[in-house]
Amino acid sequence: MSSIWPQLEEILDDVQKPARYIGCEDGVITPQHHPSKVSWLLTYPDTYEVGLPNQGLQILYEIINERSDAVAERAYAPWTDMAAALREHKLPFFSVDSHRPAKEFDILGFNLSAELVYTNLLECLDLADVPIHTANREPDDPFVIVGGHCTYNPEPIADFIDAAVLGDGEEVVSDITETILRWKNSDRSSRESILRELATIPGVYVPFAYTPVYEKQELISISPRFPETPEIVEKRTISDLAEWPYPKQQLVPLTEVVHDRLNVEVFRGCTRGCRFCQAGMITRPVRERPADQVRTMINEGIRRTGYDEVSLTSLSTADFSGIEEVVKNTLDDSDCGQLSVSLPSLRVDAFTVGIAAEIQRARRTGLTFAPEAGSWRMRQVINKLISEEDLFAAVESAYSQGWRRMKLYFLTGLPTETDEDTEAIIEMAQKCVEVGRTHQKSPSVTVSVGGFVPKPFTPFQWFGQNTEKELHRKIRLLRDKAKSSRGVQFKWHDTRASVAEGIISRGDRRIGAVIEEVWRSGGVFQEWSEHFNLQLWTEAMEKHGLSLDDYVYRHRTEHEFLPWDHLSAGLHKDFLWQEWRDALDAVGLEDCRWTPCYDCGACTGYGIEHVVASAQPPAGGSQGTGQGNLSAVSVPVSFTGTTS
Amino acid sequence: MKKIRIRFSKKGKIRFISHRDIARIWERALRKAQIKIAYSEGFSPRPKISFGLALPTGNESEAEYLDLELETLIKNDPDELDEIKQKINSALPMGLEVQSVAIKKEGSESLQQSVTSCTWQFDLHGYNTDEANQWLEKILESSEIVVERERKGKVVVEDLRKQVISIEVIGETDTGVRVQADLGTKPRTLRPSELLAASNPPLKARNVCRMNQWMLQGDERVEPLLNNDAPAPSARLADVIRRELKNVRTNGQAHEIGPSQRRISRSKTKT
Repeated sequence: MSSIWPQLEEILDDVQKPARYIGCEDGVITPQHHPSKVSWLLTYPDTYEVGLPNQGLQILYEIINERSDAVAERAYAPWTDMAAALREHKLPFFSVDSHRPAKEFDILGFNLSAELVYTNLLECLDLADVPIHTANREPDDPFVIVGGHCTYNPEPIADFIDAAVLGDGEEVVSDITETILRWKNSDRSSRESILRELATIPGVYVPFAYTPVYEKQELISISPRFPETPEIVEKRTISDLAEWPYPKQQLVPLTEVVHDRLNVEVFRGCTRGCRFCQAGMITRPVRERPADQVRTMINEGIRRTGYDEVSLTSLSTADFSGIEEVVKNTLDDSDCGQLSVSLPSLRVDAFTVGIAAEIQRARRTGLTFAPEAGSWRMRQVINKLISEEDLFAAVESAYSQGWRRMKLYFLTGLPTETDEDTEAIIEMAQKCVEVGRTHQKSPSVTVSVGGFVPKPFTPFQWFGQNTEKELHRKIRLLRDKAKSSRGVQFKWHDTRASVAEGIISRGDRRIGAVIEEVWRSGGVFQEWSEHFNLQLWTEAMEKHGLSLDDYVYRHRTEHEFLPWDHLSAGLHKDFLWQEWRDALDAVGLEDCRWTPCYDCGACTGYGIEHVVASAQPPAGGSQGTGQGNLSAVSVPVSFTGTTS
Repeated sequence: MKKIRIRFSKKGKIRFISHRDIARIWERALRKAQIKIAYSEGFSPRPKISFGLALPTGNESEAEYLDLELETLIKNDPDELDEIKQKINSALPMGLEVQSVAIKKEGSESLQQSVTSCTWQFDLHGYNTDEANQWLEKILESSEIVVERERKGKVVVEDLRKQVISIEVIGETDTGVRVQADLGTKPRTLRPSELLAASNPPLKARNVCRMNQWMLQGDERVEPLLNNDAPAPSARLADVIRRELKNVRTNGQAHEIGPSQRRISRSKTKT
């Protein structure tokens, strides 16, 4: 069919960073299109540099292309100059693999990792000449299917999408492919019939098949419209990561992107139980990759890609039970001696610093930790149970081993946070600098603070977000205190962006009109400070008679219907509520990998278990819970059996 | 001897990759090809690769260069050098291709220092030969072409005319004419796009390709390294191209032309 490359070539000289649009990565799969195949256009609705490294998209790209009845290509949101050029030259949104118009694909699959990209989703659809509202799409139009963490509350985009997938995508893409294929081979007469069929696939939510019911402006239920439609859509979970060694051929871009290195996922899920963390809650249980598979993926990946850096990815890599073995083997295997290993999301303790010291033999520039809150009381509230002893032991260990800079991540605007708690952030940083002075001449600590936005399927889903004014006041408080602290640098996230994120995060179907309004007013790339404009959001809310107080700032009540109550991440709502009450009482909860099950629902509901390589907690303690000192107890895990 | 000089081409979609990204691609390709490069000492070791003059993003090239220092000594053995070429070519992405590899003489100047001019080809759309010749004459007859540029926050006045060594129309294409120009690189490389933007009215260069880079050896200009895969460029190059262009027009189908004449089809889509 058609490639628009000849026309694109003509305008690429006139746009910034044309490298974004050419594809040609090392590892690309030449698409073999055929009318009898289901074609997917996997789109990351942000810039190429942000979207290309996305592992979820690359995993699906390979799995779909391995099927004989399907083909997948990729696309990324065109930057504003490119979007304008496309409109001027009457060219459509296109794939980067073979530069085909998006509209020629059967399925437009969007990865939604952040709420503020939603307006880009509309921009991509509009550029593709696909009606932005699902209600206006014809049988010949592509299906718009979204996945990623944001889809745990798909209601704000319910009017724009045909379906949302909850949870791991590895298996469900095949279910969807087969369903669409059957429909393609039939008369393709009615879109309604296929939407109803999609709605019966486990893990697939079709907004069209559900009706929200309001009582005096209040959402009271979202119910299935058809007899065969399930009342609750449960997430999909792959039980064993070892069966999915993807991506097998990680794409190596020709231009620099974020996370530009080999990425190997060592486990999925997290049971630390930080109460603000949506990723940790919705991806349970923990599923570790066998250490020898990790080793193979690293070795093959490095040889194939030419990268000199590998990142072991997960939500908390130091918790991987095979971490010491993998790190040691990787460094021993690499014959050139230039390979570096990076661990994102370091746990805060001396053991972790030990691993970091091993892998960063040469370049010890900076270490990043995320204590998230300044005071111990606050850390009990959020269940990030890092004791001061652990933290300062880690800091001591880092400075004594040659690191000179430390970066600490925090949240502000957390439940029950007082000014004392807020200011404790800077006090903690000051103490770190003091510790550093005993080892270094001018140690520096960078404090990076973001405003907290409550997310669905977390214990904090009932919490009323701090107002912009209040967040701003806290940031000023921190900034002033940091100014008088030598060695402490202070950075913060724009508090206005937290408001827009808050509107969408827990919004219902009525927020769709707001997203559309913002997009129509030119509000694209809202993740980017040069394009973000809070006024567009607040004006749109006002225009549609919706209030920030109602959607963002108010505390929600125990028995009110939440816009995602018809969806499930396996977590029992009463477990989340109990956690919310415990948070308010500053009572912590231990990591369930090393303690008896407390039945959050994520394992028991689906008949699955944690998959870890060892029943022993990793050495070095468990973030102050004292669990590191326990002997092995009976825990609900199955063993990968490949490591000792 | 540890240092080698490499000549390579950059064609097709990859022309939209910037000079800086090309450097990163080379580092990865050399690791993939398991060519052991020497690293600099110090806190943050860097591979010892030095690139020649940057090629503007979007332009193609038949003559790019880089020098690199190997970890171990290498003999001046054609087979060994050819093996390096093959290894690298299997690791480079489509569009980048090594043409020649040679030992770099000890003490010879760096590429950046020694190259004094480049030969470029580009297309002007919507012009016939007469119109294009009038435009060229205007450039050649003017005593100066002054432009103002901002450099590090300051306005700098430059005379581009001094940099134009020669310029001529070498044939017609389907949509206009093809021009060949020798432009100086000292003190700064003059790009075809800059020269065209400075004309009145401003013009846009299409299908820009760097054909040669030149350094001076006494009074004679020579290339830093010949392309082993192609006959040496001669003064009669323009005639050859004219002949090719005629073929294009007669055939109407550029891609049917033989491989030795691919220069003409370089602007066509490679998918």
